[in-house]
Amino acid sequence: MKHEKYMGYLFEVAWILPSVAIPISVIVAVLITAFAVGIRVPDIAGRIEPKAIAATEPFDEPGLRELAPGKYEAAMVAQVFMFTPNEIEVPVGSEVTFVLTSRDVIHGFKIVGTPVNMMVVPGQISKMRFTFTRPGEYLIVCHEYCGGGHHAMSGKVIVR
Amino acid sequence: MAVIARPRGAVREQVADRFATEKRLAGLNILVAFLALAIGGLMGVLQVLEYNGIDLYRAVKPVLPGGYYQGLTLHGVLNVLVFTTFYIIGFLTLIAAMSFDRPLASGRLAWVTFWLMLAGLLVAAVPILLNRATVLFTFYPPLKADGFYYLGLTLVVASTWLLLVNLALTYRAWRAANPGAKIPLAAFMSIITMTMWTIATFGIATEMLFLLIPWAFGLVPGTDVILARTLFWFTGHPIVYFWLLPAYISWYTMVPRLAGGRLFSEPMARVAFVLFLVLSVPIGIHHQYTDPGISEIWKLVHFIFTVGVFFPSLLTFFNVVASLENSGRARGGKGWLAWIFALPWNEPAFTTQVFAMLLFAFGGAGGVINASYNLNLVVHNTAWISGHFHLTVGSAVALTFMGITYWLVPLITGRALWSRGLALAQAWLWLIGMVTFSHFMHMLGLLGMPRRTMIGAAPYIQPEWQALLPFTLVGGLLMFASAICYYLNMLMTITRGRPEPDQEVPFSRAVSGPEDVPAALDRFTPWVVTALLLVAINYGPTLYYLVSTGRFNITGLSPW
Repeated sequence: MKHEKYMGYLFEVAWILPSVAIPISVIVAVLITAFAVGIRVPDIAGRIEPKAIAATEPFDEPGLRELAPGKYEAAMVAQVFMFTPNEIEVPVGSEVTFVLTSRDVIHGFKIVGTPVNMMVVPGQISKMRFTFTRPGEYLIVCHEYCGGGHHAMSGKVIVR
Repeated sequence: MAVIARPRGAVREQVADRFATEKRLAGLNILVAFLALAIGGLMGVLQVLEYNGIDLYRAVKPVLPGGYYQGLTLHGVLNVLVFTTFYIIGFLTLIAAMSFDRPLASGRLAWVTFWLMLAGLLVAAVPILLNRATVLFTFYPPLKADGFYYLGLTLVVASTWLLLVNLALTYRAWRAANPGAKIPLAAFMSIITMTMWTIATFGIATEMLFLLIPWAFGLVPGTDVILARTLFWFTGHPIVYFWLLPAYISWYTMVPRLAGGRLFSEPMARVAFVLFLVLSVPIGIHHQYTDPGISEIWKLVHFIFTVGVFFPSLLTFFNVVASLENSGRARGGKGWLAWIFALPWNEPAFTTQVFAMLLFAFGGAGGVINASYNLNLVVHNTAWISGHFHLTVGSAVALTFMGITYWLVPLITGRALWSRGLALAQAWLWLIGMVTFSHFMHMLGLLGMPRRTMIGAAPYIQPEWQALLPFTLVGGLLMFASAICYYLNMLMTITRGRPEPDQEVPFSRAVSGPEDVPAALDRFTPWVVTALLLVAINYGPTLYYLVSTGRFNITGLSPW
């Protein structure tokens, strides 16, 4: 009985060490990708009055604008069940900052094949940046249930 | 399981009746739970058929006017809110009392708890069935449901607090009669579970009472969406531990006995539970990594604490597997791994729960990916997430709960399980079906397929998704077959089972038991205070910021 318990403690300690080491290595790995590689999640980007979207920059003129050579801002408005605009086209190598808000309910904004993935919330501005290094057609899906036509809500980024 | 012979006559009557109230309540709660799961599960079958181009929603239009999304609302509400909550309240009512070896302090309060929960369920069910609450189980505003939907759900949640009151009163009476004794393990764990849950429900209760209910009944014109979401996830993450901890109680305190052995370490089990109490709540923002309006810093802090919960999960993994090894060796098993074959694989209550653990190992590993801050960007709101929680709540929890009923329903009804073969078939079908379904859902998520979407009708459906979707149908139909085995077996057990009275809860003894438990692991107050402090630190600044900058002017709509 005594021996059984002693062996038990040894096994416990042998297990506790990796149980601490594994979570810590997960944390370190994520911190490196976030701050050394720069893959970040959306931060606070400001509030907006949903009724005044049409009068608030940059959503007064939704669409693509060039900020500097190779750098663009894509301002898009989400509403049931569409994005405005629902298609943008940029050259390969462009760094695009997606700026979105919603006119009505919560929508989702995911560009398939990229880490661009945000919630689009009425009253809030969502912002994420991504550099398109490969040409192609990227599907944008609304991935948050927004009503009866949710599955029809999509868009496209064309990279040439 | 052990059937203990008791003397006939008056003594036996007295003994048998002591837990009559708890047994009746457990039976009724579990009945409601499995009726809910039957309807919720059928909705899942409709969904997986729709994924594959077989749209049955037109055929069921008279009963389901809202089609896919009304069905999806039922699927979520019935499976993860109603099934889980009713089952847990019933299960803990019974096992806490039996673990304390005394009836609950107030049988009347226990009945009130049940009737209030049932009333809440009925109040919420009406608008859902009328297609006036097709807002899914997350009910994110400003999607606006009928006010009674929010009112009913709030009543269900608030009623569960009464079980904590009852357990606390029972504990006090037990302590007065047993000064100096260690709290029995299952009772300790039940109280930890209900305490954690009560702290956790602060979020949803605040969201409902101060934001959604006044707004849905037209008392205020609008709401603040990001604040409501944050309050929702304050409860929405720890709710998964509310589902999981009762399964853990079974794995720790009963499965070793079902396996023919002993729990490896009671002190280690208590460490895990205490850590779940402390760490479950202050991590909910990891569901909001992609949300605007919440600081990146607090997202990072919640990430770090979430990974912290991985620690008690790993402790549980070790302790439970070590207990299985203890059982395998006690049954004559030898070798590094050959003891596995000595385990009682022909015992349904055992096999079902071990399959649940196996599926949960994969679910837990996937969960670390979901929780990993920027890695979450790859999978957030994709089919990966649905794949993930079908392994966790859909297997670790639901399959364990089914496995428990293989001894619990006989205990409550006094009738032996009708067919062990059918029960084993149920376990294997669920295992194979779920592995298939969830594996391909994870893959579809990595290919960008969104979750909670009527994919069969989506104009943008991708050919590479269509290549994998049939496998989700195969998995779904296998689980459907498993469910048919389960319900048939239960129906026959209740109506035709061979009488087998006087069964007991299969509580395990431990290799390292109560005598090794330090005093700190037999108390609640220090851990509750630590939990509340961590909640205040991790949520205080974000909630203060959201409330002070909130505009409460989003009016909402019901676009279904």
